[in-house]
Amino acid sequence: MNLEFSPEEIAFREEVRTFIEQNYPRELVGLGNREDLTREQFLAWHKILGKKGWSAPAWPKKYGGTGWTSTQRYIWSEENARVDALMPLPFGISMVAPVIYTFGNEEQKARHLPGILSGDVWWCQGYSEPGAGSDLASLKTTAVRDGDYYVLNGQKTWTTLAQHADWGFFLCRTDPSAKQQEGISFILVDMKTPGIEVRPIKLIDGTHEVNETWLTDVRVPVENLVGEENKGWTYAKFLLAHERSGIAGVARSKRGIERLRSIASQETLDGTPLISTTDFARKISQLEIDLTALEFTELRTLASEAAGHGPGPESSILKIKGTEIQQRLTELTLEAVGNYGAPYARGMDQSGSNEIGVGPEYSNFAADSYFNMRKTSIYGGSNEIQRNIISKMILGL
Amino acid sequence: MDFNFTEEQTMIRDSLARLIREQYDFDTRRKVVASKDGWRPEMWAQFAELGLLAAPFSEEDGGLGGGPIDAMVVMEEFGKGLVVEPFLQTVVLAGGFLKRGTTAQKEDHLAALVSGERVFAFAYAEPKGRYNLADLSTTAKKSGSDYVINGHKAVVVGAPWASHLIVTARTGGAQRDAKGVGVFIVPKDAKGVTTRDYPTVDGRRASEVYFENVTVGADAVIGEDSLGLVEQVTDEAIAALCAEACGAMKVANAQTVDYAKTRKQFGTPIGKFQVLQHRMADMFIEAEQSVSMTYMATLKLDEDEVARKKAASAAKVRIGQAGRFVGQQAIQIHGGMGMTDELAIGHYFKRLTMIDSELGNVDHHLKRYTDLSAADVAVAAE
Ligand SMILES: Cc1cc2nc3c(=O)[nH]c(=O)nc-3n(C[C@H](O)[C@H](O)[C@H](O)COP(=O)(O)OP(=O)(O)OC[C@H]3O[C@@H](n4cnc5c(N)ncnc54)[C@H](O)[C@@H]3O)c2cc1C
Ligand SMILES: Cc1cc2nc3c(=O)[nH]c(=O)nc-3n(C[C@H](O)[C@H](O)[C@H](O)COP(=O)(O)OP(=O)(O)OC[C@H]3O[C@@H](n4cnc5c(N)ncnc54)[C@H](O)[C@@H]3O)c2cc1C
Repeated sequence: MNLEFSPEEIAFREEVRTFIEQNYPRELVGLGNREDLTREQFLAWHKILGKKGWSAPAWPKKYGGTGWTSTQRYIWSEENARVDALMPLPFGISMVAPVIYTFGNEEQKARHLPGILSGDVWWCQGYSEPGAGSDLASLKTTAVRDGDYYVLNGQKTWTTLAQHADWGFFLCRTDPSAKQQEGISFILVDMKTPGIEVRPIKLIDGTHEVNETWLTDVRVPVENLVGEENKGWTYAKFLLAHERSGIAGVARSKRGIERLRSIASQETLDGTPLISTTDFARKISQLEIDLTALEFTELRTLASEAAGHGPGPESSILKIKGTEIQQRLTELTLEAVGNYGAPYARGMDQSGSNEIGVGPEYSNFAADSYFNMRKTSIYGGSNEIQRNIISKMILGL
Repeated sequence: MDFNFTEEQTMIRDSLARLIREQYDFDTRRKVVASKDGWRPEMWAQFAELGLLAAPFSEEDGGLGGGPIDAMVVMEEFGKGLVVEPFLQTVVLAGGFLKRGTTAQKEDHLAALVSGERVFAFAYAEPKGRYNLADLSTTAKKSGSDYVINGHKAVVVGAPWASHLIVTARTGGAQRDAKGVGVFIVPKDAKGVTTRDYPTVDGRRASEVYFENVTVGADAVIGEDSLGLVEQVTDEAIAALCAEACGAMKVANAQTVDYAKTRKQFGTPIGKFQVLQHRMADMFIEAEQSVSMTYMATLKLDEDEVARKKAASAAKVRIGQAGRFVGQQAIQIHGGMGMTDELAIGHYFKRLTMIDSELGNVDHHLKRYTDLSAADVAVAAE
């Protein structure tokens, strides 16, 4: 056991920090917490990282990963969080790519991995359906074999940022007679294929982050099937474990606490900086202590992964605690800004005024972020489902 | 002991509930909130016609002879319907000041308020003042028999709809002194008043209000050294706001239970999962405890100052916590659907979130309660 960074790791941190300082796009500074960016804004940093070869720290080197150790990856995410960098969206890099390089064929690897690495191809996740949320295995979208094609029909929902997507990975039922978890296949779909319609869903913070995706007689070449037909559930579960470990968001929450401290030192209570009041200072301390516990749990998980264990049910701990901390953080930030949490900055934006927000700039999206972060305990397998996983898989109940 | 409503109060509640059901359904509210004005003056006229604006005032003041309990009844129904019209600002807050004003002020303003002609907003908070009612940089300097007001008021809810503002400003003393807190009636079109109007996250409208050498006459003065009055009136408003939260919680809970009964996953309604059952049981407990605290605070508004303040703060703490819990869990149990703008539940959540910080949040009132208790202990120890 050892907490110290080696001289090599310290040098690595310097290298990373310098690279970020010199290359992170100026026009993206300060946008790291917004949900309503343009496609170009979302992809700009990803593309720069792609050129540098740093867009996929967790992939094996032979597919274009960095070959970094888990400590280096940890340093990398900390340095990015330090400047609130917009990290590559997870759908390509952390979700579909590991499925493709683990279960896909050579052709699929050659065709899809480069675009994911470079940030040129945007992916979306077509899992959930109106009737299949927590009970994902009850999904109904069908893929019926017709010669060299699958014909897809059904409705997906909550498809995050599908409005920008070039490709999607979809779970479809290929054998309706099989038991629920069997008979599902993992299919890659070009989002420009005729028969796909993406309809916006507006969320409570006013953003258009998710969509309904309707599939009507969508013809997809059979070569887009990943792995074996009817084995999609195995790949989906593999992917979900990856999704969960990314969800802890330790580095970002650390940065969030720094931001909260800065806000709380500018806000005053009876003339005293809020941060100097016992009540508020203790809340920040409590949050930081909880985050430390999460951080060391994540480090233990990383170490165990480095030792060759894949992400197991323990990743549910990271999902639950990570999202609870993110929610608490945005809640405290909203508390900190006081009365200026009420103005609807995005509403002012829409009313044509080019002056956004009133009050201090840091208050502008405090309420929206708090509202939006409620999603984190719902998606990626809700926190109730995570607790079910722990009680079943770990406790044997 | 009697926790029943009078016949009049029951009548007000029932007719208001009907009006909201018929003319304030969620889709209509959405359209109104998104419209240019953001509210319906014609709805305000209907409220006046129903006697809601007159309900809490004495007959001598042109009211129907009710009091805070009537305001509570109205606000609970408003909470259920997510009503945006400024009853709290106009009737409870401005009305609370005006009914304690001069005969002339009552004749002029209170009569116009009760009839629905004049709408008021309460301009008290300032950018750096947080929830301290005495933390005022806005000044009102005496000049002959006039006052000249200068300053900036933050997030004045309902101000875009108001014809008049009730403004707190320093007539003397230092920034946070208890002495020297004046209260004034200022027409919004007075020379030197400017506003920046905007929507709020819970579907209301508010303004930043700037006063630049705004001169008002003696007839505009409600009090020159009146922190006590401001506290009394805001405590009344806190009780009313708690009632609104109770209404919102009741509906949020009912909608959540309904949803859990019908939404199926794993072949069963999600309401059959015990973890959710217990959660909804807790949400129900929170809402019931909130109703109890709202009654308590409302019934203690006329007690001595310390008892009244402690009651208001205790209620606001409990309601702030309950509202957050109920709001968050309602979204969680709705799953992805709870996150959508289309469903009402998210809007109850947003309103409950904002109620926590209105007129002082949990921390503010927990501290106020603690300080008042400490003062009690000190007195007892003497
Ligand atoms: C912002 C956002 C983005 C999303 N992005 C995507 C995406 O890109 N692609 C995609 O495929 N999906 C996406 N999702 C969907 C997400 O995965 C689902 O919302 C999630 O699986 C929950 O399903 P549901 O919304 O149908 O809720 P439900 O499954 O209906 O659950 C409702 C409530 O019941 C609880 N519950 C359900 N079953 C149990 C049980 N057995 N025990 C105890 N409690 C239970 C849940 O925890 C929840 O609190 C997104 C969702 C959101 C909100
Ligand atoms: C100090 C003390 C004094 C007592 N005095 C008396 C007395 O005077 N007379 C008398 O007759 N009895 C008495 N009792 C007994 C008491 O009523 C029982 O302890 C009680 O009914 C719980 O039963 P149990 O201890 O067998 O726990 P169990 O019934 O075995 O419960 C164990 C745990 O499982 C939980 N649980 C059980 N069923 C469910 C369910 N359906 N859903 C969710 N959770 C569940 C329980 O809540 C508990 O947490 C006393 C007990 C104590 C501790």
